[in-house]
Amino acid sequence: MFSMISYLGRYTIGIVREMGRIFILLMQALVWMMLPPYRFKAIIKQMEFVGVKSIFVVILTGVFTGGVLALQSHQGFKLFGAETLVGSIVALSMTRELGPVLTALMVNGRAGSAMAAELGTMRVTEQIDALYVMATNPIKYLIVPRIIAGVIMLPVLTIVSDFFGIIGGYFVGVFLLNINSGMFIANILQYLELEDIFHGLTKSIFFGLILTHIGCYKGFYTEGGAEGVGKATTEAVVISSVLILISDYILTCIMF
Amino acid sequence: MHYVLTMIRLIDIYKSFGNNVVLNGLNLTIEKGKVTVIIGLSGGGKSVLLKHIIGLIRPDAGAIKIDGQDITGFNDRQLNRIRKKFGMLFQEAALFDSMTVGQNIAFPLVEHTTMKNSEILKIVREKLSQVGLSGIENKMPSELSGGMKKRVGLARAIALEPEIILFDEPTTGLDPIMSDIIGTLIVDIQSKLNVTCIVISHDIHGTLRIAQKIAMLHNGVIIESGTPEEIKKSSNPILKQFIEGKAEGPMRVL
Repeated sequence: MFSMISYLGRYTIGIVREMGRIFILLMQALVWMMLPPYRFKAIIKQMEFVGVKSIFVVILTGVFTGGVLALQSHQGFKLFGAETLVGSIVALSMTRELGPVLTALMVNGRAGSAMAAELGTMRVTEQIDALYVMATNPIKYLIVPRIIAGVIMLPVLTIVSDFFGIIGGYFVGVFLLNINSGMFIANILQYLELEDIFHGLTKSIFFGLILTHIGCYKGFYTEGGAEGVGKATTEAVVISSVLILISDYILTCIMF
Repeated sequence: MHYVLTMIRLIDIYKSFGNNVVLNGLNLTIEKGKVTVIIGLSGGGKSVLLKHIIGLIRPDAGAIKIDGQDITGFNDRQLNRIRKKFGMLFQEAALFDSMTVGQNIAFPLVEHTTMKNSEILKIVREKLSQVGLSGIENKMPSELSGGMKKRVGLARAIALEPEIILFDEPTTGLDPIMSDIIGTLIVDIQSKLNVTCIVISHDIHGTLRIAQKIAMLHNGVIIESGTPEEIKKSSNPILKQFIEGKAEGPMRVL
């Protein structure tokens, strides 16, 4: 009984400590972000890595998610002859929810994990110490450009995902389920508002911050050689994914 | 007796990690313009000691004076100013593996000087030839052998012409011939640039060859320091055991 309580206590303290460290690192990153020199080259490089190289995955995810949404919702709407509503369901779900969240999860798997692995390897091979020794702050040099890239590129990727989701829904709806093309589009235009898209994009900014920061945090504090790098990578992906889903709920509550 | 200048002074340094006491009231003075080798058992806190000198680890208690300035209370910005006086060669060289050899050596120059690219390139070539590796500036670190990596690491460490160079086990993991080459390089660079070198090592043969001063770290304190001759003649049983490399003696490893 006693050991259970002490285990619970240790576990709680561990979580609180980790949250504190995540927060402190974030604050340090924000302070370093303000101070010159600004490393535009490094930011562009990270934007390419986070953004450009994720486009294919994001398009694929978008098209198939939009497609399956059309397929599933059609089943239900068919029952009371409201098939044309499929268009607005696809558009609203994609822009408000699935576009931002699925994009974040995919980019997290691709880029967040890579950041944890790269920084983790730099930590265990003393490259981060080498940066300190050469009077270059590694938070500014490594973490700041990655966070900026994430915050800028996630909304951009979300737009791509939204667009291709609707395209996917359109193809399935119009060509496979024989919904009238004009009705499908008119229905989207009637129900989808600009606000829906903006809310989705606002969420994706937070997701970009979460996945890059957690990836960097886990990598930055890696210890224990190759095994430690593996552990840091896994934990980064798991923690970011959970945080993305939790913050999605909270942000949705606040905004809608 | 000629006049000696003190470069670094460590005063009553205490450091523990959890319950593990690593440095236990350590005192050490390092003279300017000399090669000082710190010897001791593996895992005995030599690297921790070195990281204290450059501010990567802060002591629990005690003072670290670099060129007269106590750095223990320094913030990041002040530490960075001090660190520009330093070059450091890491145990595994710690080259940035996303950059070429040339970019690695150029890194401190790009970061801290306003030199033009052509000037930087000239220095990179010069430093590479100084460590005997001309013409490899476009290779990636992953293409190099262990000994080459260390020499590139050394070239990077001396790029900014530091006053103090730290070596973390420069010969560990190298064959005897490459160890000798690195040893010669350390002596060469010291005399050419007139820098203060601090070397961490447990390679007693190499130490006796390159050291002008030797200090032995044991149980968190410096138990003996002096010139190689003094160290060889020392009657301290722990030091004797270490130099002779015997498992039996006052020092228990197992």
